[in-house]
Amino acid sequence: MSIVVWVPQDSAAVSAGADDIATGIELIAKARGLDVSVKRNGSRGALFLEPLVEVETANGRVAYGPVESGDVESLFDADFLHGGQHRLGHGLTSEIAFLKNQERLTFARAGLADPLDLVAYEANGGLAGLKNALKMDKAAIVKDVLDSGLRGRGGAGFPAGIKWKTVQEAKAAQKYVACNADEGDSGTFADRMVMEGDPFMLIEGMIIAGFATGATEGYVYIRSEYPDAIAKMKAACLVMAKAGWLGDNVGGSGAAFHLHVRRGAGAYICGEESSMLESLEGKRGLVRAKPPIPAIKGLFGQPTLINNVLTLASVPVILAKGAAYYKDFGMGRSRGTLAFQLAGNISQGGLVEKAFGVSVRELIEGFGGGTATGKPFRTAQIGGPLGAYISADMLDLPMDYEALAGAGAMVGHGGIVVFDESVDMAEMARFAFDFCAIESCGKCTPCRVGAVRGRETMDKILAGVDVAQNVALIEDLCQVMTDGSLCAMGGLTPMPVLSALKHFSQDFDRAPHAVAAE
Amino acid sequence: MASLDQMSTAQSICAAHGNRADALLEILHDIQEHEGFVPKVALGDVAKALNLSRADVHGVMTFYHDFRSTKAGVVTVKICRAEACQSMGAMSLIETFLAKRGMTLGETSDDGRITVEAAYCLGNCAMAPAATINGKLAARLTSQKLETLVAEAGR
Repeated sequence: MSIVVWVPQDSAAVSAGADDIATGIELIAKARGLDVSVKRNGSRGALFLEPLVEVETANGRVAYGPVESGDVESLFDADFLHGGQHRLGHGLTSEIAFLKNQERLTFARAGLADPLDLVAYEANGGLAGLKNALKMDKAAIVKDVLDSGLRGRGGAGFPAGIKWKTVQEAKAAQKYVACNADEGDSGTFADRMVMEGDPFMLIEGMIIAGFATGATEGYVYIRSEYPDAIAKMKAACLVMAKAGWLGDNVGGSGAAFHLHVRRGAGAYICGEESSMLESLEGKRGLVRAKPPIPAIKGLFGQPTLINNVLTLASVPVILAKGAAYYKDFGMGRSRGTLAFQLAGNISQGGLVEKAFGVSVRELIEGFGGGTATGKPFRTAQIGGPLGAYISADMLDLPMDYEALAGAGAMVGHGGIVVFDESVDMAEMARFAFDFCAIESCGKCTPCRVGAVRGRETMDKILAGVDVAQNVALIEDLCQVMTDGSLCAMGGLTPMPVLSALKHFSQDFDRAPHAVAAE
Repeated sequence: MASLDQMSTAQSICAAHGNRADALLEILHDIQEHEGFVPKVALGDVAKALNLSRADVHGVMTFYHDFRSTKAGVVTVKICRAEACQSMGAMSLIETFLAKRGMTLGETSDDGRITVEAAYCLGNCAMAPAATINGKLAARLTSQKLETLVAEAGR
């Protein structure tokens, strides 16, 4: 009877050497005549412990990490195959505080099995939602999504059920479901982890969406920076098709659903839904004016349901356990859970799924353990590059769409990038304009030109030239960009800039550079 | 003047995608995977096969950061410049790497050995700074670690 050892194949774990470790374990086991079966799972999401090696023992899975190639021999010497003590040991995986204290609805299966093992997926609760949905009235499915309180997890926080209802009620010869997997925000990797670690869950959510809205074709638009996620999703689609869950007759229901995986090509703006549609149509990712909304006139002019990966990935559990179950988590109008991502200068980085209402401090300090460098916390950018930089006295804010918006910040996709005292906030403001200039689709003047002028003006401030006037100019420019931009690219670039000015004005107080003596 | 090889590659790739205009990004990706870049002559073939104007195809190719019009170096390094990687020292990591080679971002060295480009998020934000070396993702980078990986990739 082989001893099973799990080594993650998630790209973060692999980037830290997981593939070499898997090979190393196999080689040493063979050399020592030990019967070991190395299997590859998805990541548990405790990225600070990756590569996390788990051994199946009689008491459950025992974890060791972060493992480096040079540690493998010592693991064998410490009899890790029977859960032996080792300096990298953490005892039972299920008891690791970082994981135990989470509320995992979407990431319930993270790290349990081979992501492409459909039997294991079903055994761990997968497909229950889809099976329920196929027996339901389409209107009833949409009502479930509405009642759950699920809001768009891409960042806009728009009630998902309303989008579903609009597409369901639209009359058209062809409707589409398009999954936005262009997770380009710095500090976010939850979508990537879903696609790499539990792809069936996303596909299940999309099939339910197609069935409920009458869409027979689906697209997943995955950014090209995620090659492993692209490969995993393509492979998962083949497995689901073979099992009859994708194709002309989904689960014997008579309804068809065909899913296509499409690659982005390095444009951040294609994370904006209408830009993504243009890209899916083979065009430059220019943003479309709304109305018409994509739910009425979307892909190829047809009614299209566009949702983020996490939104669609939340659907199976809602259909499996009911709207009330999901709605029970959370606070205010932010119902359910969000898979927060702790990133940047963070001691214990990774994926933390919690009900809305958890405080920023609990995430950064409680789960995250503070900064990686050990130097004092200075700021965190929440919600990606278009999100606000918060000050230390905002740490007790609850993660809730309305609470953060009220404080001039944004939940967004739940990414939290931590910075220590070494950060120069005027440089970060300059970068906000720089990034906008690089990634702007170019359609509207406030964004296209504003970003460049903003960067130039920040350069003057950084050089100590007419600081007061230039700061006033930045503020005025930010107002124009906020009011006049077609989408959030130009419209929210002012958010990080103005928050940096508001909370860290001292960084903008630059002395003029001394003129070099000739 | 294009070689017959290059012309038939673009045409056959378009055909494999059913000559659908909406598959243009997939087609350009496939051409680049095959050739290492998107040859200018391929644009005309693609336009013809998809019934688009050459301007349309040129516009799409140049809009997206991924597509290159010339071949990359033996080693391609894409270093992340986004916020999470910045919080862990990416900017100075990039500066050091470029200064050592007298290069700027987006360039290929004169000897054709290395191309250095900026990336804006590789999805490895809890293990910053991150980069890809010939497509392989690396994490928790230091200047030394990056140099070692680049040297290994160049062998």
